[in-house]
Amino acid sequence: MPTSVDAPDTLTRPFDVAQVRAQFPTLQRTVHGDQPLVYLDNAATSQKPDVVIDRIRAYYAEENSNVHRGVHRLSQVATDAYEGAREKIARFINAAHTHEVIFTRGTTEGINLVAHSLGASHLSAGDEIIVSEMEHHSNIVPWQMLCERVGATLRVIPVSDAGELDYDAYADMLGEQTGLVAIGHISNALGTINPVQQMIADAHAVGALTLIDGAQSTQHSRVDVQALDCDFFCFSGHKMFGPTGIGVLYGKEDLLNAMPPFQGGGDMIDRVSFDGTTYDALPHKFEAGTPHIEGAIGLGAAVDFIEGLDMDAVQAHEADLLAYATEQLQTIDGLRIIGTAQEKASVISFLVGDAHPYDVGTLLDQMGIAVRTGHHCTEPLMDRYGIPGTVRASFALYNTRDDVDRLVQALKRIQPLLS
Amino acid sequence: METTSIPEREEAIINEFMLFDDWMGKYEYLIELGKDLPLIEEEYKTDDFRIRGCQSQVWLRPDRANSHVVYRADSDAMITKGLIALLIRVLSDQPPEAVAKADVKFLEQIGLKEHLSSTRKNGLQSMVQQMKAYANALAQNGQTA
Repeated sequence: MPTSVDAPDTLTRPFDVAQVRAQFPTLQRTVHGDQPLVYLDNAATSQKPDVVIDRIRAYYAEENSNVHRGVHRLSQVATDAYEGAREKIARFINAAHTHEVIFTRGTTEGINLVAHSLGASHLSAGDEIIVSEMEHHSNIVPWQMLCERVGATLRVIPVSDAGELDYDAYADMLGEQTGLVAIGHISNALGTINPVQQMIADAHAVGALTLIDGAQSTQHSRVDVQALDCDFFCFSGHKMFGPTGIGVLYGKEDLLNAMPPFQGGGDMIDRVSFDGTTYDALPHKFEAGTPHIEGAIGLGAAVDFIEGLDMDAVQAHEADLLAYATEQLQTIDGLRIIGTAQEKASVISFLVGDAHPYDVGTLLDQMGIAVRTGHHCTEPLMDRYGIPGTVRASFALYNTRDDVDRLVQALKRIQPLLS
Repeated sequence: METTSIPEREEAIINEFMLFDDWMGKYEYLIELGKDLPLIEEEYKTDDFRIRGCQSQVWLRPDRANSHVVYRADSDAMITKGLIALLIRVLSDQPPEAVAKADVKFLEQIGLKEHLSSTRKNGLQSMVQQMKAYANALAQNGQTA
């Protein structure tokens, strides 16, 4: 992980992984009889700590009410909790203003919102949108749809054998025709950490806007949207120990103000009449309908959980897991790691000989090991490597070297079946 | 040669799988069975004969032999291949009417029912449906001919 160049102002505490694991009920369970669960599917979704689960229960047990319009006590409690979560998240990503945090259903909806609303106001025929070959389908398809709608062109930054972006190709693509650069912070399929800070600066130098797909980054590293200077940043609650169905779109205030709403309905209006409707101010302009109240509050609890940890220690722990797993997996005959970028998060995609990922994943599951198999919603990337998919082990802060050992032992055990 | 019925063939498979008391032996046997799958000819491995599924690719080609329905298939994953081999063993070379109304249950009884769940997306559920749909069409044709 990229670490801060500044020295930490306090001595780093040793990271107590056992103490962290104890806070996650699912990590205590067994599967397929008595097999202790080894959960290595964190890039798909993370498990939830007690504080998040308890917070959602407390909301429904004590605070449940619709937000914003109620004059009664419970509605004020719910509104305070909901808007309080927004404030926590704004601090968490260091947004300049709380109203730059828009609640969405997740990263996918955030990207679709920008493709819809920014597309309508800022992009037109002849403009180019730049993505990369390693993007998740969620950061490809909305732009393809936008290109079809307005006559813009999609440009694709190629990926090297190691799984790194071809920066020279990117630099060559940039020009006054570039309307937007939309790029994943960390690849969900390969773990590659992209040099987004530099990419954003170079995009701005030609007057292009930037969107960062942060679905894989907020759970691994500190994100500072002002330091990045990105115009938009999207992420999902469920990948960072929060609930499903809630996510965040951060956007710079002036851009969000200039963009038309995404969906119409309740909660996003100023005044409605059949002669013409006016819209509410940020952030409500982009939050039509009753929001995912307990989702937002639960995500706030997840932010508290993360902020209660020493992120330097978390990053050191995850870097150790990545290095140890990479070394141990390579002791398996015929195992090939897909994605060997210099800058990598704790995600390892691999193939075992000629075995189909589905077979490997199915047999690992029998031993209680949860991995993901398939194309990971990155079909263009799999095509680039000429493979149908991979087996992906993705580690979170609660994983251990013991989890790595169990994965490696299991792979060695099933290997004879697969040859 | 007299055809054994669908329930009889299911029974035989259930008995064979009872010999294994651990998952490893069961899957080893399943993978072995996949190696004897009556393979679809390469020329038919096209989108027309592909069963839509997210993970492994599956091709299935139904045909008729005398008054029976027969199937050939393939997959790029070994476990899927084994599962298809079991389905073909039960449903291939049967009267189409019997296949059309068959209620295939043996996968549950040999502890492999998770492969039929929608979360697997390996096309096995749609494969059973395809096999039955073709048999049903054959049975209807047979009646009207």
